[in-house]
Amino acid sequence: MFKKRMLTLFLLLTLVALALCACGDSTQPGNQDDSEDHSSGEIVYGGEIVVGIAQDLEDSLDPYQMVAAGTREVLFNLFEGLVKPNSAGDYVPAVASDYSISDDRLTYTFTLRDGVLFHNGETVTADDVLYSFETCASTTIDLSLQAALDGIQDISAEGNTVTITLTEPNNDFISYVAGVYIIPQDYADQATNPVGTGPFHFVSRSIQEELVMEKFEDYWGQAAYLDKVTFKIYEDANAKMSALGAGAIDITSHLTVDQADVLSSEYTVLEGTMNLVQALYLNNAVAPFDNVLVRQAMCYAVNVQEILDLTANGHGTKVGTSIYPAFTKYFDATLSDYYTYDPDKARDLLEEAGYGDGFSMTITVPSNYTPHVNTAEVLVEQLAAVGIDASISTIEWDTWLNDVYNGRNFESTVIGFDAATLTAGALLDRWVSTNGKNMINFNNADYDSLIAQAETTTDDDAQTELYKQAARILTEQAANVYIQDMADLVAIKNNLTGYQFYPLYVMDMSTVHYVQ
Amino acid sequence: MKYIVKKLITLIITLFVVSFLAFLAFQVISGDAATSMLGTNATPEQVAQLRAELGLDRPVLVQYGDWLGSFLQGDMGTSYTYNIPVRELIAQRLPVTALLTLMSFILILVVSFPLGLLAAEQEGRLLDRSLTISNQIIMSIPPIFVGILLSFVFGEVLRVFVPGNFVSYKEDLPAFLLYMLFPAISIALPRIAMTVKMLRSSVLNEMGKNYIYTAYSRGHSRSSALVSHALPNAMIPVVAFLAVSIAEMAAASIIVEQIFSVPGIGRLLLASISNRDVPVVQAIVVILAFWVVAVNFIADILYQYMDPRVRLS
Repeated sequence: MFKKRMLTLFLLLTLVALALCACGDSTQPGNQDDSEDHSSGEIVYGGEIVVGIAQDLEDSLDPYQMVAAGTREVLFNLFEGLVKPNSAGDYVPAVASDYSISDDRLTYTFTLRDGVLFHNGETVTADDVLYSFETCASTTIDLSLQAALDGIQDISAEGNTVTITLTEPNNDFISYVAGVYIIPQDYADQATNPVGTGPFHFVSRSIQEELVMEKFEDYWGQAAYLDKVTFKIYEDANAKMSALGAGAIDITSHLTVDQADVLSSEYTVLEGTMNLVQALYLNNAVAPFDNVLVRQAMCYAVNVQEILDLTANGHGTKVGTSIYPAFTKYFDATLSDYYTYDPDKARDLLEEAGYGDGFSMTITVPSNYTPHVNTAEVLVEQLAAVGIDASISTIEWDTWLNDVYNGRNFESTVIGFDAATLTAGALLDRWVSTNGKNMINFNNADYDSLIAQAETTTDDDAQTELYKQAARILTEQAANVYIQDMADLVAIKNNLTGYQFYPLYVMDMSTVHYVQ
Repeated sequence: MKYIVKKLITLIITLFVVSFLAFLAFQVISGDAATSMLGTNATPEQVAQLRAELGLDRPVLVQYGDWLGSFLQGDMGTSYTYNIPVRELIAQRLPVTALLTLMSFILILVVSFPLGLLAAEQEGRLLDRSLTISNQIIMSIPPIFVGILLSFVFGEVLRVFVPGNFVSYKEDLPAFLLYMLFPAISIALPRIAMTVKMLRSSVLNEMGKNYIYTAYSRGHSRSSALVSHALPNAMIPVVAFLAVSIAEMAAASIIVEQIFSVPGIGRLLLASISNRDVPVVQAIVVILAFWVVAVNFIADILYQYMDPRVRLS
């Protein structure tokens, strides 16, 4: 009896040992392969990935009805306009193969690319383009796009050519053309089953779960490498982190430094910028922020580098006005250092403004944006050093939208503003005194007239100069306490490459591929 | 019969009051669907326009009446956020939450009854005492923490399942059940501890009564008297407790669904509240209220069945 048991035990042990050896044998060459392949980095076509995104696409999928930046970011892969932005920040021909602008800058002539297909297999015709422009103009909820399209006097098609005539020159018009995604005429299911011309086509969507897209085989340009991309939604930060820990996500963006630090070695972390202007936005209509000296004092009191160090281990780029660095054409780095940290000067200015004993203020922050809350916490300490007693009030995002943004009922708030298009106007227009989006009630006659001039100036250089001057006014007047363009950390599996950062809020999956 | 009619009337009144209060709550908190949808690139005119399109500029009572009218006709409306019929949204999610609740409930039954009886049987011995201590500890851990812990241990360290990689029951039932086991444990664990404690004390309470001594005198052993005489009576308060638990479990699942990224009714509810997506919230609130009232109703009936003293003619 005992012998029999021993025999069984022995056999079992042998089996286990064999199994272990077998495993060892099979994994070892595998590992070697991996290390060799990394150096060669040969492109692999095909495969599928899971992209982790932190927010649900809380939108209709209709390209003219979507509003959230998070939705635009994903649907960038499905839709294209006559032109589209590239990663360098230029608008390049897409559904159109070529375009020209008349000398008076009123007439835009687009030549449609031959044989561009919709995801449903139909060829894009000039009629589809006309339909898209009309539908977009009448249904879009993007007001600036609507305003730009309202400036169209006439749009007509002849054969393969679409001609658009404007009532007055608009130097940013081409950026709005990129926003008019070309969709098939009289197709009614965009909200649930979107059809465009992009490198990926829509497969399915489960709300709060995922959006699946597959490679569009008949794409006119450089086809996508990946066969299938699943955008998986992780609204809970812990869920996202454990999915990353388990290796269930191949790519994810917008990680914080703390999150990126704990990632395993199977991920590479890429650093870009969020493309937004984070600032302590001040309600210029409320005392004491109606006093330019107070606003300037606050700018001197705030040590931006310390904020970057404490909240993001030094990651992030300083900004000094409402332009972020990706706008290379308008970004003026000297403005970022216009106010060097100087608490003594801050106290002097406060004294001069009649607030020698300091004052109390409230920083209202949306609670769901941890980076803004963290920044606010450092601000409180820095402001306290010059005698300003700031307290933080965290509120829900929708309450923030209603009370702070739309209601303008606040003293100060930490938030980031992004740009919907690659135009200076997208960032600067909102601070014109009469603009409905002028949350901070900034009111400066020089600024208003500079923006108005810039909008009507046809010469590109002169226009750029005007926008730069306007941006400088924001700095000089200390419209807000400008802080930074935050670092955007992207985690990508080591066997993937090709991820590109855009100066806009988009996630282009068409260039991502596996390496052998 | 009269009893059932009375209960039904209570049910209707409850649903009516709850749905009205939920509707009212949206008037009190700031922000509405229009501001939520348009975000930070909106102008006041644009918000006002969308508000008018959605009918949010009408008086509260008119909006509520409108909603109630459609709801009574079986039309739950359309989600503001997703532009999809609410019925469709809920139909996708309800089975997930229902299965999660069911799994947690089965876990509670399967684990707590044997343990509770064992503890009562072994009263005062080492097993009983260690159970009591671990119960005390487990009871005080909220489901959210159990969830995070399980997700870390089984998801990241042992890699039994992949957190966040939810598989729909329609695609792959075994994978779904494996995934849902962990959220189900998170919900069930504190309640298992409570049920064990409750069952133990309830059984022991019965064991001290005279009829048990009668049972002994008729030749029953301790364990046989416990199972066949004390247990049926001891069950009565436990069933009442379980009924309340099953209603509470729906609430616990709202939190646990967030941790495990389970696309159930709870996650939809939270997202819809923050998006001010009133039609979706209303529908879910009515369903949850219905659930609570219905479960209590079933508990009442079970109660009568089990305890002849409260049985009504």
